[in-house]
Amino acid sequence: MNPDLREKFAAAAQQGRAAFVPYVTGGFPDADTCLELILALDELGSEVIEVGIPFSDPLADGPTIQLSSQKALEAGATPAKVLDTMARAAAKTKAALVTMTYVNPVLAMGYEEFARRASGSGVSGVIIPDLPPEEAGQWLQACQTHGLDPVFMAAPGTPMERLDRILAVGGGFLYYVSMDGVTGADLELGPERLAAMQRVRARSSLPVAVGFGVATPAQAAALAPVADGVVVGSALVRQVHQAKTPQEAVEAVRGLAGELRQALLVR
Amino acid sequence: MSASQASLPKSGGAKPLPDELGHFGPYGGRFVPENLMPALEELHAAYLTAQEDPAFGEELDDLLANYAGRPTPLYEAKNLTRALGGGRIFLKREDLTHTGAHKINNALGQVLLARRMGKKRIIAETGAGQHGVATATVAALMGMKCMVYMGTLDMERQALNVTRMQMLGATVEPVTSGSCSLKDATTQAIRDWVTNVGDTHYIIGSVVGPHPYPMLVRGFQSVIGKEARAQLLEREGKLPKAAVACVGAGSNAIGLFHPLLDDPVDLIGVEAAGHGLDSGEHSASLTAGRPGVLHGSSLYLLQDPNGQIIEAYSMAAGLDYPGVGPEHSHLKDIERATYATVDDKAAVKAFGDLARYEGIIPALESAHALAHLKDLAPRYAKDDIILVCLSGRGDKDVSQVAAYLEKQR
Repeated sequence: MNPDLREKFAAAAQQGRAAFVPYVTGGFPDADTCLELILALDELGSEVIEVGIPFSDPLADGPTIQLSSQKALEAGATPAKVLDTMARAAAKTKAALVTMTYVNPVLAMGYEEFARRASGSGVSGVIIPDLPPEEAGQWLQACQTHGLDPVFMAAPGTPMERLDRILAVGGGFLYYVSMDGVTGADLELGPERLAAMQRVRARSSLPVAVGFGVATPAQAAALAPVADGVVVGSALVRQVHQAKTPQEAVEAVRGLAGELRQALLVR
Repeated sequence: MSASQASLPKSGGAKPLPDELGHFGPYGGRFVPENLMPALEELHAAYLTAQEDPAFGEELDDLLANYAGRPTPLYEAKNLTRALGGGRIFLKREDLTHTGAHKINNALGQVLLARRMGKKRIIAETGAGQHGVATATVAALMGMKCMVYMGTLDMERQALNVTRMQMLGATVEPVTSGSCSLKDATTQAIRDWVTNVGDTHYIIGSVVGPHPYPMLVRGFQSVIGKEARAQLLEREGKLPKAAVACVGAGSNAIGLFHPLLDDPVDLIGVEAAGHGLDSGEHSASLTAGRPGVLHGSSLYLLQDPNGQIIEAYSMAAGLDYPGVGPEHSHLKDIERATYATVDDKAAVKAFGDLARYEGIIPALESAHALAHLKDLAPRYAKDDIILVCLSGRGDKDVSQVAAYLEKQR
């Protein structure tokens, strides 16, 4: 049985914190360094670690994650290899692992086969931004068979009735997209935005993790009181892009991730 | 492919497609990030109410007639017919519309929808630049801001259209990711839309993308087939035996085919074989791809075993796309339409042939449909009619073709 996502959020809440959910791109800058990054993120107390399976045309991602995906693919990353990295990580981590990818690589493997292999690789949940509930029938079935949480997204423009439908089929947590935009875009956290998040959280039967554009400890601190968890992706991936060596990348990610996690203390 | 197939129309029974969720059989649908869902619902609703509103239809018809120059002529290409032998070739002259391609039909329809929805800004993707020019044109007409995403490779080979768009007041945004062509421009346009969904309408140029796009682009392009059908019935008193169109993502072909689906007409799409199907450098998604999901819908797709999209190639920038619209994907599976391929070399030959036989310079895209006639026309009887969509004019391609011919020497 892979770690339970809801329990991870509950455990953070008990400590008076929002859960820390960092993202790394699978196979970037290479498979071994990616594994080291996951282990480093686990060591500093991440509750959930999100690992991207790179796709050639990542619609929901901004330039930072797109470029990391492109480089990972050039370096030979495949869904099977990224799941293999996750399996190696899962043997050592306390954090729950989720993977984020797009629907076409999943389809290419087959919903059933992908779910089986993900679950067998220690993955607790899967996020597929371009697979909304109305297209997810077979996928939900496969997740149920293999004990995976299908994690769905909601956005600022999602009407409440639609939110209810998403919550009815989703598992693990609700991924709330902080703004209309792609990953890594500039996020302004005005009172209206925070209030919208609180409304969604009040309505949600699942823990709510907020992501997209969260880059600084100050932003993380502002989000912590209104969310059950905070996802940080592009800001960490940027550290990897800027590092000159794999070791430098791991240290840079460890540094920023440590600060971000610290900032999530609510009381 | 034989003329006898024509006796068995297979439009899939009484239920009109797509279904409520935008499915054509197993294809189509709505595979997009959650941020876009409300905008797609809004667009769907706006399209349905616009169709009920006579004022919308009247305004669109007026613009199509007096701005775009419809109905376009249906021209019997007698010299080409004589040269090829076989069925009588009729060209539906979409190249004679304002802006020079069928793309204006859809751009006009969508910009009116955008205005109904109160949108202030228009974005589009473009390959050959014809859709970009059409979009820049209608945005200028409606006084809206316009940004067109275009791959840097396409900007180079279609420089004339880049300048045209700029003169029309549009911003042409270079796209440098992936293959630097239509696929990447589309991805970038969708990202823009995700970010600016409140005030922006995305005018997709073909019968791809999430529901309702394949349905509404078909709706606006069907004027091609409706007109041609009526023109043939009036002038010749009969339907064509075959209808032929080039297929990149498939908008001019759907526009031609859709009004003929229930008629006993062979429907033949022509994909770009680029450097040849064996070379791996082509855009023949229906012929050599398999079903998958790209840009918001399920369709035939060029992809590797891991589901990564393979870069398409064609000398014709407007065909250089790794997927084919969901309705074509469905029509192929149910065998209501068939799909052939034509490589760069044959397309260039057909480009020159039409210029010399008929005094018409076709777009390189349309030249793919024309090139297939060499095989197709002799299979039909002398009084059978073969209807071909001449989707665009070739001014934009002359320097590229000249350079190609120079290299062959």
